[in-house]
Amino acid sequence: MATSVSIRDLSLNFGAVKVLEKLNIEVEQGEFIVLLGPSGCGKSTLLNCIAGLLDVSDGQIFISGKNVTWDEPKDRGIGMVFQSYALYPQMTVERNLSFGLRVARMPSAEVDARVKRASEILQIEPLLKRRPVELAGGQRQRVAIGRALVRDVDVFLFDEPLSNLDAKLRSDLRVEIKRLHQRLKNTMIYVTHDQVEAMTLADRIAIMRDGVIQQLADPHTIYNKPDNLFVAGFIGSPSMNFVKGTLKGSDFTVAGSTLSLAGYGFKAPASGEAILGIRPEHIAIHDDARKMPIALETEIEIVEPMGADTVAWGKIGGQQVSLRTSADVTIKPGDRVLMGFDPARGSVFDAASGQRL
Amino acid sequence: MTEVALAAQAQPRRRRRRGSLQAILATTPMIIAAVGVFVICILFSIFWSMTNSKLFPNFNFIGLTQYQRLWGTDRWIVSVQNVLVFGSISLIVGLVFGYLLAVFMDQRIRQEDLFRSIFLYPFAMSLVVTGLVWQWMYDPNLGIQSAVRSLGWTGFTFAPLIHESTALYGVIVGGVWNGVGVTMAILLAGLRGVDGEIWKAAKVDGIPTWRTYLFIALPMMRGAIATAFVLQLTGVVRVFDIVVAMTGGGPGFSTQVPALYVIQHLTDRVNVGQGMAAATMMLAPVMLLIVLRGLFVMRAESRAKRGAK
Amino acid sequence: MTTMTMGAGDPRGPKPKRMTASRIGVYAFLIISALFFLTPLWVMLVTSFKTMDEVRQGFLFNWPANFTFDPWIKAWDTACTGRYCDGLKPGFWNSVKITLLSVPVSIVVAMINGYALSFWRYKGSELLFSVLVFGAFVPYQVVIYPLIIGMSKVGLFATLPGIVIVHTIFGMPILTLLYRNYFAALPSELFKAGRVDGAGFWGIFFRIMLPMSVPVSIVAVILQTTGIWNDFLFGLVFAGRENMPMTVQLNNIVQTTTGIREYNVNMAATILTAAVPLVVYFVSGKWFVRGIAAGAVKG
Repeated sequence: MATSVSIRDLSLNFGAVKVLEKLNIEVEQGEFIVLLGPSGCGKSTLLNCIAGLLDVSDGQIFISGKNVTWDEPKDRGIGMVFQSYALYPQMTVERNLSFGLRVARMPSAEVDARVKRASEILQIEPLLKRRPVELAGGQRQRVAIGRALVRDVDVFLFDEPLSNLDAKLRSDLRVEIKRLHQRLKNTMIYVTHDQVEAMTLADRIAIMRDGVIQQLADPHTIYNKPDNLFVAGFIGSPSMNFVKGTLKGSDFTVAGSTLSLAGYGFKAPASGEAILGIRPEHIAIHDDARKMPIALETEIEIVEPMGADTVAWGKIGGQQVSLRTSADVTIKPGDRVLMGFDPARGSVFDAASGQRL
Repeated sequence: MTEVALAAQAQPRRRRRRGSLQAILATTPMIIAAVGVFVICILFSIFWSMTNSKLFPNFNFIGLTQYQRLWGTDRWIVSVQNVLVFGSISLIVGLVFGYLLAVFMDQRIRQEDLFRSIFLYPFAMSLVVTGLVWQWMYDPNLGIQSAVRSLGWTGFTFAPLIHESTALYGVIVGGVWNGVGVTMAILLAGLRGVDGEIWKAAKVDGIPTWRTYLFIALPMMRGAIATAFVLQLTGVVRVFDIVVAMTGGGPGFSTQVPALYVIQHLTDRVNVGQGMAAATMMLAPVMLLIVLRGLFVMRAESRAKRGAK
Repeated sequence: MTTMTMGAGDPRGPKPKRMTASRIGVYAFLIISALFFLTPLWVMLVTSFKTMDEVRQGFLFNWPANFTFDPWIKAWDTACTGRYCDGLKPGFWNSVKITLLSVPVSIVVAMINGYALSFWRYKGSELLFSVLVFGAFVPYQVVIYPLIIGMSKVGLFATLPGIVIVHTIFGMPILTLLYRNYFAALPSELFKAGRVDGAGFWGIFFRIMLPMSVPVSIVAVILQTTGIWNDFLFGLVFAGRENMPMTVQLNNIVQTTTGIREYNVNMAATILTAAVPLVVYFVSGKWFVRGIAAGAVKG
């Protein structure tokens, strides 16, 4: 597969403040990459660098095989969609879509054809004569996507495009962006702080923190095999349980009792202070727990029915853990239950470095 | 006005008798000023404009005779023409030059604060000071004209105030010098208020910077433009100090303005009735502004209604 | 993995910063504009330090060859307006008196107005406010004459209290608007909490609103100090001979037709008159801009 966007040793400093540090990402043709992280992690900054809206301090950016590090945004072969939509308020939807093309002196037959195609794809034909103020939030964002679409570019950049929408519209439009990607097969780079968007949309997710990529992998790997404590804690809701203990070979000792992590695939033999991470849904209770390699008894303290499932809170070695079970399972506070899990599905981290062992 | 209406709706009217009484007492100065000055005084002005008052006001009603006289007087006609020319040129030059300054200030320049201080300081000085300085610079024998001539360009002429045909433009330059910095400051604040992502979108779209400033940012700054415009307009209608300081209305009537016409008739010309007729006419543009604003608000409301459905 | 070539001289790192033609154009425009704004100040200053002999040579922009303070001393102390030759100093002290009295009075009145209009609306208060806003746009000439008559009827015409009242009246529309908008933007819970605690009109005003109105009051002080100091028309009409403010006296000195015109003295007098608002401007900095913008915001 050909490389679509290539970021090499990219750094950005504002004075003495390092915003991005030596980033390297290779994005393949047609790939959907999500940049995910808490606010201030540098994800939007990185996107602005790719778009050419920010001048980098060091490193190179290649798009479609061309070094665009010094190119103007319009010459990079990108289209961009913004959180605030950034539609030109005094122009109709049709003008919004075509303004850039007309400024570039494209023949008007071609302009019309492109506007027609984009508005068909996004189903905004009835809105063409309206102004942005007369549109609802979701419609505005479609127009904003349309403005990127008419540019007929290889790479789409999305900067938190759904953050200004309410929950219902957000999930609708999310599906639509996915459909759009499947139809157009363009490369898309998408910035968000919403892990659901990241998990559902991405071919690969880059989780960022303090200007550094923590892990770049497909959603399944990110979720099941997080590289470090930050990634493990950032992804998943309710979040992964962390149990502190001491590791010796494959024996994990917590509050005097020892659990055998024999089934866990250690990268290398390790020992010392460690943290065991288990996702709530990987903890089974009652009969299911008996089948697990590790099973122990706990007292349920709190039960939170969520509708589709139920989250209950118990303890391992005095440390709180949550578990997720089917809504059909009857469970109430004060119950003593057996809970079990498979260490192969857990994650073990070095307590000092936070890295996966 | 709409905002006021909305606020009144949001707070249901409650009976606060004691508080209301205190509020009325506390705002007595406002009641006196609003009613006494801005209603009763205006009514008196209008009334006296229909009398033949000379040195002292009297109550000899003569209908609209003063207005006939007013519109038959060259000095007044010229005053009105002058204020129209002065006003339209000042407004256009002020807004264009002010926006240009704002746009150039917006180019991530060094020393922005220094430039801002330089462009704005004239506004801190009174229009009398402004008028006197420019009068001195325009001095035909010792001012700019003679300074440039002494450099060797002996044919140079630049003394607008001595010719009837150019004097008004000399005043305009002084007025623009005094006030354009404010327009710049207001429009620059307007530019900085435009959503940052709009600029990014325009860059990605490949829209040249000047087109972004002219066709995208400018239409988004209606509030700032209206503010700058109203500020300038009130200054234009009131224009008085700078004319008195710079030309006294001369040469001839060439820089006469309505405000000066009124004061002259109240003082030197001791013709109160005539002065009041002129003063009443000065209300016309304000009334026009209020009517236009009313129409604008109505249109905005009906548009909002259409948008809502 | 990648098929791209990485030759030497490939673009890398920040775009090289060149002094492009457009950058030069930007600075050229700004510097030429700055010269336009600075020239009058320069001319004022150099002229005021020249002797009359040198002024008559006509080199308007030149630095004074014989530097002298005499024009300044004369402008301050002995310059003549008609029969009186006391210089600008009486005008200066009159302006100080007028400003020191008018600024606090007009601001206190407007503050109470704004407070009452925001929190203690009574029947007709909105109508009054509309009239006041209308007053902000009325040309002064329309109300001046009846006001003269009215004030002379009560013996306030051409007195110090009279001119203070006039400044209070004509400052009221803008200042009331300023305070009303400021108070209206405060969370109404503050007012409600005060009511629940049993405070009344003045209790809430003094204990809650007054301490919170410091920022807007700074703006109001700047606006009024420069505005009243720079006033010409009201001083001319209402102050009378005894309380003639500096701007009126300056104009009289410069425009006096008796004797020869002493341009150096005139310019020194002009700078002296402009000095107070200029100091206010440079000290207050960004507040000044805020004040102008605030004064222009409509309801």
